Amino acid sequence: MSDRVEKKIELKAPVEKVWSALTDSQKFGEWFRVKLEGPFAVGEAVSGKVLYPGYEHLKFEVVVKAIEPRSLFSYTWHPYAIDPKVDYTQEAPTLVEFRLEPVAEGTMLGVTESGFDKLPSERRLEAFRMNDNGWGQQMKNIEAYLAKAE
Amino acid sequence: MQRRAAKAAVFAALGDETRLMLLARLCGGERLSITQLAEGSALTRQGVTKHLRVMERAKLVRCVREGRESQFEFDPQPVVEMQRYLTLVSEQWDQALVRLKAFVEMSG
Repeated sequence: MSDRVEKKIELKAPVEKVWSALTDSQKFGEWFRVKLEGPFAVGEAVSGKVLYPGYEHLKFEVVVKAIEPRSLFSYTWHPYAIDPKVDYTQEAPTLVEFRLEPVAEGTMLGVTESGFDKLPSERRLEAFRMNDNGWGQQMKNIEAYLAKAE
Repeated sequence: MQRRAAKAAVFAALGDETRLMLLARLCGGERLSITQLAEGSALTRQGVTKHLRVMERAKLVRCVREGRESQFEFDPQPVVEMQRYLTLVSEQWDQALVRLKAFVEMSG
């Protein structure tokens, strides 16, 4: 039984550029669709506003764990922290790690999110609920973004 | 509400190494008795029974009586639902990475 999600994607861009898109909080916000209030720094929390239409009331917050130039960027966060009235900081967060590796075509990026086994079961249920109600809307947001990017 | 309680029980039931080990043995699809499940492990029959009852309440396994002996078999439905959660997270990352790819490959 897996408690993690692992992704690998090849990007046709140099490591330096991918590194900057990940660790410059303004650039990160552009593709992640979040407006961040400050820069990423190891050991520090950065929060911001979600920019998806319909989800603007939500707060986005990460605590940066590692910044190892051009190789590893990691943070912890509370996935699906969807209720602004609930204090999620008491819960075990999940860990997100971005690993970069130069390849002939550009950059191999690996993303791992782990620690789902420690999430309170109630929160996982919330995510199910969110999926049922909100996934269709999410898909439309992404389509709209991609259409604009072309 | 019943559905939620059922899911909570599944996650609790899976959050234990011994139960995962027992479940892995039942995943082969074969019905196994408590004695068979205790074999080759450090667990007593009572220990095995206790863990099986937790998984039975979560509807991960089913108890089937054959004569005087209880046998247990794997019931995959709740595991499928847990997998669905990780699939949801996975899909969200796919979408985010598509946007990242566009961002680093298109901007000058």
